[in-house]
Amino acid sequence: MPASDLLPLAEVSQDFFRDRSGGGCIQENRLFCPGWVVDNFDRYVDPTVQHLGLVVSAVVGGFLIAFLLAILAHRHRWLSSPFLAATGVLYTIPSISFFFLLLPITGRGALTAIIALTAFTLQIIFRNITNGLRNVPHEVTDAATGIGLTKRQLLWQVELPLALPEIIAGLRIATVSTVALATLAVFANGGGLGTEIVVGSNITFKTGIIVAGSIAVLMAIVFDALLLLAGRLIAPWTKVAR
Amino acid sequence: MIELPFLPLAAFGLFGDAFDFIFNQQEAATGGVMVGGPEQVIELATKQLEVTLLALGLSLLIALPLGLILGHYGRGEFLAVSVGNAGRAIPELALIALMAAAIGVGLFNLVIALAILGIPPILTNTFVGIRQVNRSSVEAARGMGMSDRQVITRVELPLAIPMIMGGVRTSAINIIATATIAPLAGILTLGDFIISRNVYGDAGVLAGAVLVALMAVALEMVLAGTQWAMTSKGMKLQKS
Amino acid sequence: MSFSKVKYLLLVAILGLSVGLAACGGDDDETTSGDGSTSTAGAIQSNPDNSSVTLTIGSKNFTEQIVLGELYSQGLEAAGYDVNTDLNLGSETIARQALKKGEISGYPEYVSTALTSFYEKDAEQVPSDPNEAFDLVSTEAEGDGLVALPPTPFSSANAVGLLTSKAEELNVSTISDLEGQSQDLSLYGSPECRQRIDCLLGLQQNYGLDFKSFTPVDIGLRYEVLDKGQADLSIVFTTDAQLGASDEYTILEDDQGVLPAGNVVFLTKQATIDEAGPDYADTIAKVQEGLTIEVMQELDARVDIDKEQASAVASDYLKAAGLIE
Repeated sequence: MPASDLLPLAEVSQDFFRDRSGGGCIQENRLFCPGWVVDNFDRYVDPTVQHLGLVVSAVVGGFLIAFLLAILAHRHRWLSSPFLAATGVLYTIPSISFFFLLLPITGRGALTAIIALTAFTLQIIFRNITNGLRNVPHEVTDAATGIGLTKRQLLWQVELPLALPEIIAGLRIATVSTVALATLAVFANGGGLGTEIVVGSNITFKTGIIVAGSIAVLMAIVFDALLLLAGRLIAPWTKVAR
Repeated sequence: MIELPFLPLAAFGLFGDAFDFIFNQQEAATGGVMVGGPEQVIELATKQLEVTLLALGLSLLIALPLGLILGHYGRGEFLAVSVGNAGRAIPELALIALMAAAIGVGLFNLVIALAILGIPPILTNTFVGIRQVNRSSVEAARGMGMSDRQVITRVELPLAIPMIMGGVRTSAINIIATATIAPLAGILTLGDFIISRNVYGDAGVLAGAVLVALMAVALEMVLAGTQWAMTSKGMKLQKS
Repeated sequence: MSFSKVKYLLLVAILGLSVGLAACGGDDDETTSGDGSTSTAGAIQSNPDNSSVTLTIGSKNFTEQIVLGELYSQGLEAAGYDVNTDLNLGSETIARQALKKGEISGYPEYVSTALTSFYEKDAEQVPSDPNEAFDLVSTEAEGDGLVALPPTPFSSANAVGLLTSKAEELNVSTISDLEGQSQDLSLYGSPECRQRIDCLLGLQQNYGLDFKSFTPVDIGLRYEVLDKGQADLSIVFTTDAQLGASDEYTILEDDQGVLPAGNVVFLTKQATIDEAGPDYADTIAKVQEGLTIEVMQELDARVDIDKEQASAVASDYLKAAGLIE
């Protein structure tokens, strides 16, 4: 393809060029510029929604898997240790490392991020469900079996409800941690608030980083409160354990 | 999506490349520099370990005494527990990025930032650990004439070790994970293989991921072993 | 239904919803669909034939690239194509890899970078005349299975930047002036700078300069490290907004021509051009025809200094240039 002569320029008028001699909060990249935040808040909407999606998927997925593992370990006690160890390894492996370990298998994208985030939550939730079930007083289980409940009824109608506070506590910890971790999803090309922290010139933009970080912290607080409330609503008869 | 029959072969291939990357120095994808090889791996791994240990040490230095004192006198429960919850909510990426942008890159700043992440679990767990110590043991010690400091060091601390070490381990995991993104702040750790994908190529990225994972697991095992060694016989019997 | 059953059904529902959300949100951004039909002269016309073609526009990982990516993708969207973006891919090696693998349809690359990084030319071999350079990169790209579309009016180059006060203190105005002093100076650059002949390698080999240290940092931080006093020297770009905005920063003259300037060419594949039809290359040419160095600096400034979003900056320019409504 021969080099073409440059086409006639689509000109913009002179007042397209801004006068930046005035300085100002944003130009000087001061620590926090509230005016800019108010004007530009909508750019955080998409990343926040993505972030929500990542967190909810990871925690719900983590809960379902951990729940399954916990029930199995409850039935067959010898499974507790191996499960604890396995979920422990998944917890120890840094998420960003996990993203790239998954790279050859699931590629870059939200799925990779979700799998890694889910893996992180497993140990916390598994341990809390298991402890919650174990902490059910013997007198209660004895009484229940005494009145003729089957093992399955015992589990679902007695042990799990009593373990609820501990389970909720585990969910709270897992969710708050996941909200913070999900900022790293940007490295797996999974979106989230991390895009407003690391992409392009955002990495130097103090106000932007503060806003993105604050949204994440706020999200964590809201989730924590919601779960606490949910716990109180679903199981009002039990004291919320520390 | 990925076609499963071909998947295992492809995945193995890349892991093979990563393995090669660790042990053989090779030319970068675009040429010009040599990357990989044991020397570079050890250099970056050492840096990551250095940064992690410095931050962990600083966290212990600040959080342990504070937790011990607050726990012993039963004060500041709200603070100790809230700090733990709050610490969990700090987004590591935002912390490192803000630190680099607002204060500047460099080892000192990085260690401070990592310590901010490492202090909450240790503080909370130390506090709770001390509070959970059997009151009669404390009373007995006082009855024997021990001073406050002796009570803390000879009675409460040993009994609270499992809980405290649990906090230390959590801190260590957080710190080493965040140390992986330290290259964003100019400190080259193993995370550089992952973050500077440009230079090291896909093999390098995978190698970095594997090495970081191994290092984290190794550190956790060392700390777990330390906890086991430090837990008094009596407590170990008590557990079973 | 007992409490527990309700709770678990609810959770399953939330899981389904959130997987859906994540699937939508986690995907690469879709550019907002333009109005399509325009009739002002010079504007990009929407061609319904293009709607069956899906294009993915990529870019490298710094502001200018992201702005260019947005400009091209919004222009192509206005022409009626179905456009996805995968901006912020990484360095040139990663972008080229993505192009070759078919993950993206095309991305904007600097002629100088392509010639030195991909096609192993020395800095002296990069023609200073943009047309000659374009011919060379075209031929090379063809051998690589790629096509280089005609270049932008503006060109950009790597440059050695420093604080003006520092430059006065060291009494340097060209890169050669650094000789004898460079071993006491720290240099900061992008991670890939270490291995590029139009970056650190060139400074070391062609200028014979040894630096006290080279620290790789994210490209976005190239001025921060100067501000914070961590870097004596930093690798910057000649089109940077920060250079025009104030006198705070200076770049050293590249007196030996080791850091060649390159216009931007859109790299793509012949197969994509064939499939997408004539509007593909035409739209790209239209979008970039007004990008003089002043305009590009203004657009970069709007993102880097005014902190506007690249997508908004791109559409503002396209509207101001009369290309879209």
